[in-house]
Amino acid sequence: MESVAAPRFSGVPGWLRGPLPILLSLPILALAQWATAQAPFLVYIASIVGVNVILAVSLNIVNGMTGQFSIGHAGFMAVGAYIAGKFSLETKDVYLPFMQSVAASDQLMFVFALLLGGAVAAVFGFLVGLPSLRLKGDYLAIVTLGFGEIIRVIVQNTEMFGRALGLSGIPQRSSIFMVMFWVFLTILAARRIASSAHGRSLLAIREDEIAAEAMGVNTTAYKVRAFVISAFFAGVAGGLFAHFVGIINPGSFTFVKSMEIVVMIVAGGLGSTTGSIVAAVFLTLLPEALRSIFTQLGGGDQTLAQRVDQIRMPIYGMLLVALMLLRPQGLFGTKEIWDVAPKWLSRRRKGMR
Amino acid sequence: MNDLIQHLINGLAAGTIYALVALGYTMVYGVLKLINFAHGDVMMVGVYMGYATAGHLGREHQSTFLGATLVFLLSMAGCGLLGFLIERLAYRPLRDKSRLTSLITAIGISFTLSYGFQLDIGFLPGASPRAFPEIIKPHEWIVIGDHDVIIWNWQVISFLIAILLMLGLQILVFRTRFGRAMRAVSFDHRIAALMGIPVDRVIAFTFMLGSALAAGAGILYAIKDTAVQPLMGLYVGLKAFVAAVIGGIGHVPGAVAGAILLGLTEEFVVGYAGDVLRGLGAVLHLDSLGVGFTGSSWRDAVAFGFLIIVLLVRPEGIFGRVTAEKV
Repeated sequence: MESVAAPRFSGVPGWLRGPLPILLSLPILALAQWATAQAPFLVYIASIVGVNVILAVSLNIVNGMTGQFSIGHAGFMAVGAYIAGKFSLETKDVYLPFMQSVAASDQLMFVFALLLGGAVAAVFGFLVGLPSLRLKGDYLAIVTLGFGEIIRVIVQNTEMFGRALGLSGIPQRSSIFMVMFWVFLTILAARRIASSAHGRSLLAIREDEIAAEAMGVNTTAYKVRAFVISAFFAGVAGGLFAHFVGIINPGSFTFVKSMEIVVMIVAGGLGSTTGSIVAAVFLTLLPEALRSIFTQLGGGDQTLAQRVDQIRMPIYGMLLVALMLLRPQGLFGTKEIWDVAPKWLSRRRKGMR
Repeated sequence: MNDLIQHLINGLAAGTIYALVALGYTMVYGVLKLINFAHGDVMMVGVYMGYATAGHLGREHQSTFLGATLVFLLSMAGCGLLGFLIERLAYRPLRDKSRLTSLITAIGISFTLSYGFQLDIGFLPGASPRAFPEIIKPHEWIVIGDHDVIIWNWQVISFLIAILLMLGLQILVFRTRFGRAMRAVSFDHRIAALMGIPVDRVIAFTFMLGSALAAGAGILYAIKDTAVQPLMGLYVGLKAFVAAVIGGIGHVPGAVAGAILLGLTEEFVVGYAGDVLRGLGAVLHLDSLGVGFTGSSWRDAVAFGFLIIVLLVRPEGIFGRVTAEKV
């Protein structure tokens, strides 16, 4: 079991403790926004990393904390991306008169699109969560996989969502501020869930479902809730993705994308939020880094760089097998980074166990 | 009416091929309680082995009876070896770990195979689809009316091969000493070990058998579909898995029944769902949404929709027995 002692801020009034981290994050994010204003490539990479971190951390709520094995996360991402993208496309020219400027109005509409995408994805999460009442382990995995595929087939056959061509021309309203804000919010939510009574119930379900039920945990309700929360953030991640890429098509949300996220959380350690973050950042940056290195080496010759994309998936596959054989608990197991890091990192937490 | 008969025939032909793949799933699940996610990809490797063998035989030899038999036998043997290696190197070390560990490993192997085969380094074939050689020269076996109903010779041949393989399997499992050992391991592998049954060998052989069946099924599928590509295993494998679950996983005749049911359902959806959807669309005014009304594009969703319904209504499958969970 992981240590979930909540950090205590002495001298902070009770009503402020909840929103304090968010308030603290805002100026930092604004600073990041200002610092990266001249570096579009950096913003792009950071956005991809951010989206993957949101996906990994949110999937970890279901797979890591609750112990249910979902491999259809890209389906929820697709729902969020398409709903948010479609909403933004339809309301491209809408200007909210009570906002001071067009840009501010756009940002508000963007937030609304993200929330809408997240909410619809959450509804789908509820629908997929329902079968988990009756299914366990492998069966649930297949159902979530099937769900992801069904979503893709539906989108591919719907004129409204542009069929196989997808949606293009989605207004690029995303910013590093917005992406990182949601990354922060997702991590905060995951950590707070883990250290709450709710989270304890999820962990109990993971450790032993029958025992948890015997102790009075309503396993069904908690499992469905975990799915809904996880799907909401995946939907938001999809919405963010749609708004910085500008073009989405069913090919972006296949089984492969789901597997990428699964690899991340398995590599980081199922149940470890910080593990998921580290693995998501690393596994997103690694191919990007390799690609730019090869582009440099090849002197503008793209073939070597393209190889990176090709070779990434078999390597992920082998990585999964090797991890399971050599270190099945992943990077951090179910612990967090401060539980395994050297003493100097965890000094703050001494005596709090 | 002729339409109906044609769909029935196509559905049966597809179903028997799914059945062969599903048998591999069901057998492995029976002895190991493991969903061998990589099964479909082993099948894909088998198809490529058949492709390579046929290529070596050349155009004039590959479609003779001897040549076609050689293609089948070599790729079945090759896949048996592959199955043995996968079991030995990846699954056996994890047998006593949690089932999630094995599941993740299986997904990993599936990914390594299907995406590894998309590379074009060394002997790997690359992502572009290839035409499978005509090891059975297609000609129309029976034609009813003015080409209203066509039964192709390969449909009959693959139906016969599938039935033959299934009969062989049934005899092996229920009439031989080895089959009895398999059933004992499936019942409880610890007790079976105490009774002197070489559990490791039985499991390894089950894997080889399932993989060889998959290779045979894969070649039949390639003859039907004519295109070979590295991702084919993923979808055929998943559908066969769905078939195994529908029939009750671990249940040999159930897998066959489930597969034929799935093959027929898919075929009927492709044939008639367009009409039904169009009818529904007219009633519900779905046209404004622009939902596609061609049945064939929904084919891939059928299996999963079917699976979800079966799992919700009768999770143990049509023929499966309800097992009480002991605490």
